Amino acid sequence: MKYVDEFRAKKTAQNLARAISQEADPERTYHLMEFCGGHTHAIFRYGVQDLLPENVRLVHGPGCPVCVLPIARIDMAIAMAETYGVTLCTYGDTLRVPASNRRSLLKAKAEGLDIRMVYSTQDALRIARENPDREVVFFAIGFETTTPPTAVAIQQAQRLGLKNFSVFCNHVLTPAAIQNILESPEVRELGTVSLDGFLGPSHVSSVIGSQPYEFFAEEFQRPVVIAGFEPLDVMQSILMLIRQLNEGRHDVENEYTRVVSAEGNLKAKRLVAEMMELRRSFEWRGLGLVPYSALKLKRTYREFDAEVRFPVEEIASADVKGCECPAILRGVKRPVDCKLFGTVCTPENPMGSCMVSSEGACAAYWSYGRFREQAAS
Amino acid sequence: MNKKRFSLKLDVKSGAVDMSHGSGGRAMAQLIEELFISNLDNELLRQGNDQACFPVAQGRMVMSTDGHVISPLFFPGGDIGSLSVHGTINDVTMSGAKPLYLAAGFILEEGFPLADLKRVVESMAAAANKAGVPVVTGDTKVVEKGKGDGIFITTTGVGVLADGINISGDLARPGDSILVSGSMGDHGVAIMSKRENLTFETTIESDSQALHDLVAQMIEAVPDIHCLRDPTRGGLAATLNELAQQSGVGMALREEAIPVKPEVHAACELLGLDPLYVANEGKLIAICPADQAERLLAVMRSHPKGKDAAIIGEVVADQHAFVQMETSFGGSRIVDWIAGEQLPRIC
Repeated sequence: MKYVDEFRAKKTAQNLARAISQEADPERTYHLMEFCGGHTHAIFRYGVQDLLPENVRLVHGPGCPVCVLPIARIDMAIAMAETYGVTLCTYGDTLRVPASNRRSLLKAKAEGLDIRMVYSTQDALRIARENPDREVVFFAIGFETTTPPTAVAIQQAQRLGLKNFSVFCNHVLTPAAIQNILESPEVRELGTVSLDGFLGPSHVSSVIGSQPYEFFAEEFQRPVVIAGFEPLDVMQSILMLIRQLNEGRHDVENEYTRVVSAEGNLKAKRLVAEMMELRRSFEWRGLGLVPYSALKLKRTYREFDAEVRFPVEEIASADVKGCECPAILRGVKRPVDCKLFGTVCTPENPMGSCMVSSEGACAAYWSYGRFREQAAS
Repeated sequence: MNKKRFSLKLDVKSGAVDMSHGSGGRAMAQLIEELFISNLDNELLRQGNDQACFPVAQGRMVMSTDGHVISPLFFPGGDIGSLSVHGTINDVTMSGAKPLYLAAGFILEEGFPLADLKRVVESMAAAANKAGVPVVTGDTKVVEKGKGDGIFITTTGVGVLADGINISGDLARPGDSILVSGSMGDHGVAIMSKRENLTFETTIESDSQALHDLVAQMIEAVPDIHCLRDPTRGGLAATLNELAQQSGVGMALREEAIPVKPEVHAACELLGLDPLYVANEGKLIAICPADQAERLLAVMRSHPKGKDAAIIGEVVADQHAFVQMETSFGGSRIVDWIAGEQLPRIC
C-alpha cells in the first residue's frame, strides 16, 4: 500500500539493523524507553526487537491511554450511568478496563446500562442530537492527541445549543508523566532502573510539538528522539538515540519531521487552552497522584462538564493484589516478572490495565511475544 | 398450489411482519406459501410436511448447523439470506462431504418489512439454486418488537462423505503445508463499511460463496488432505489457532505470503485492525502433506474460487501450539487468538 509500505520495507529495516549493530558500543547497554503504547504495539507487531542487538533494550512506558486510567475514574463513569441514567459514550478499548468489584464498562453494559462504543466524538454528538430526551456523556480519555477532538465537540455542542451533551474529562498530559518517571526514586537515586533515552510520542507531539521535551532533556540529561509509529521510524529513532548517547549528547531530535514541528498544532493548542485548565493533581494507574498532569473543563464551560452536572464520588480503589502494572508502567518490572501474567491475567480476563489494550505492555507481550519466554525456558 | 386460498395477496411492498405471521393461523400459512415455498420451491418442500424425507446415500452422513445474526442484513456482495446458505454449505463441505440438503429456521421480529424478507428469501433461493443444495424444510417464528434484530436465520445442512476421506482438525502434522484459497478479510471489511456508525466508501465486496465445488476438485486431486476449515469469525488467526490446538502442533507463517487485497489492507490500517483477525465467508484453509502442496495449489488456482490461493506456511512441532509468523518487516511474532472483539485502538 502506497505511503505505508515505504515505512515497513524489509530491506531498509535490514540496513538500519546493520547500522545499529555497528554503532552500538558492545561495552555498554542501551535502555531506551518508548513512552507511547503506539510504539509498543508497533515494536511487537512487526518484531522490531528481533532486529536489534542484545545490548539495545526497549523499556515499555506508560503511554497507553487506557492503561493509566485509574479504577476510580471507571467507577465514576459507571456510577454516572447507574445513578443518573445517562448514555455513556466512549472509545473501544475503554470498555474492557477493569473497574472495582470485577466490573468493567462492558460488563455494566451487559447489566443493562446504556454504554456505547464510538469511533469519534462526532458519533457521541450525533447520539446526543438524535436522542434529545437522553443525557449523553462522552467519557473522554487519552493524551494530548485525543484532547483537541473533545474540545471541538464541546465547541460544536455549544454552537448547536445542545443541552444534553457533556464530557467526563480524563485527558492527561505526556510531559508531566515522563517527568514523574524520571523523578521516581527507582530512576533517580536507587539506580534500579536505568533509562538512557526516550523515544518520544508521535501523535502527541504532532499536537504539542517538540519544544515541551526540551526541559527534561536538559534537566535530566536524557536524549529524546520524537519517533513516528511505523516500524522503520522506530528503528531510525533508535539509531539516532544511540548516536546521541555515544556522543554524550542529550538533545531533543525529531525523526518524525513529516508530521511534527517544533511548536506543534497551534490551533489545537489554543482551542484546548480556551476550554480546559490543569488539575492540581490526577491519579494515574501505576504512577499514583501526579501533580498538574491532567485537564478539566474551565468553569465557563461547566454546563458541558459531566463532573459538575452528574456529581459522583471519586473513591480511590486498590489494584488487584499481586498486579505489577504500576511497576511495569514505570519500566521497573517486565510483564513476565508479574505472577499474574498469563496465569490469571490474560487479554480475555484482564486483572490489570496493561493487559487490556493491545498498546499495553502486558497485552502486547502476551499476544505477540510470549513465545520468546517459552523458547528460553 | 391453490391460488385462490387467500383473498388478498401478501403485501410485500409496504407490509410488515406481525405476530399473526407466527401464530399458526391463516396469516402464517400465507406467508409460508407466498414467500417461502414459492421462492425456495423444490419437490421436498412442496410436499408441505413438517419434515423432509429423503433416501440415505452411501457413505457417512455429515451434519452441521449455523445461526446467522448479522448486522447490517444487506451488505456489498451479499446479505443474510445468501450468507446463511453459504455458511452452512461450507461447514458441511469442510469435512470433505458433498452437501445435499438444507433446513432453515427463521426468527422474525414484529415490524420487519415484508419487502426485506422477500429480498432475503429470494437471495437464499438464488444461492441454494446456484449451489444445487435445496432448502427442503423450515420453520418460522415471530417475536415481539424489541426482542429480535429484524431477522435471525439458522440453517442446518446434511451431506454425504465418501469412504476413504479423512479430514479433521486434529490431523495436522509437523511438516505439512498450510494453504489458503484466496485473500483474507474481504467479508469483514465489507460488513464494517456499512455498519451504522462507521460508514466508509470502499469497493470491497464480501467473499460470501459456497466452496463445495472447489473442495470436490481439491479432494479428487489430493485425497490425502489432512485439514480443511473456513476462516470465518476471528479470521485466519482464530482458525489456525483452533487447528493448532486440536492437532497439538505449532504453525509457522510467512506474512509476505498471506494474500490481502490492498483495499482491505487500507481499511484495516484506517480502523486500527489486523486483517488476519477479520472474518471471511468464502475462503478456506487447507493443510496437506508438503510433497502434495504444489499439486493442491495448482488445482486450487485453476478454479475461479481459488485463483488467488497461496501456500502461507507450514506446520511445526510445538508443545505450546503457538501460531508464529515471520513478519514482512523481518521480525517474528505470535499470531494469537483474538481477545473479545477486535476493538479499535485509541492513539
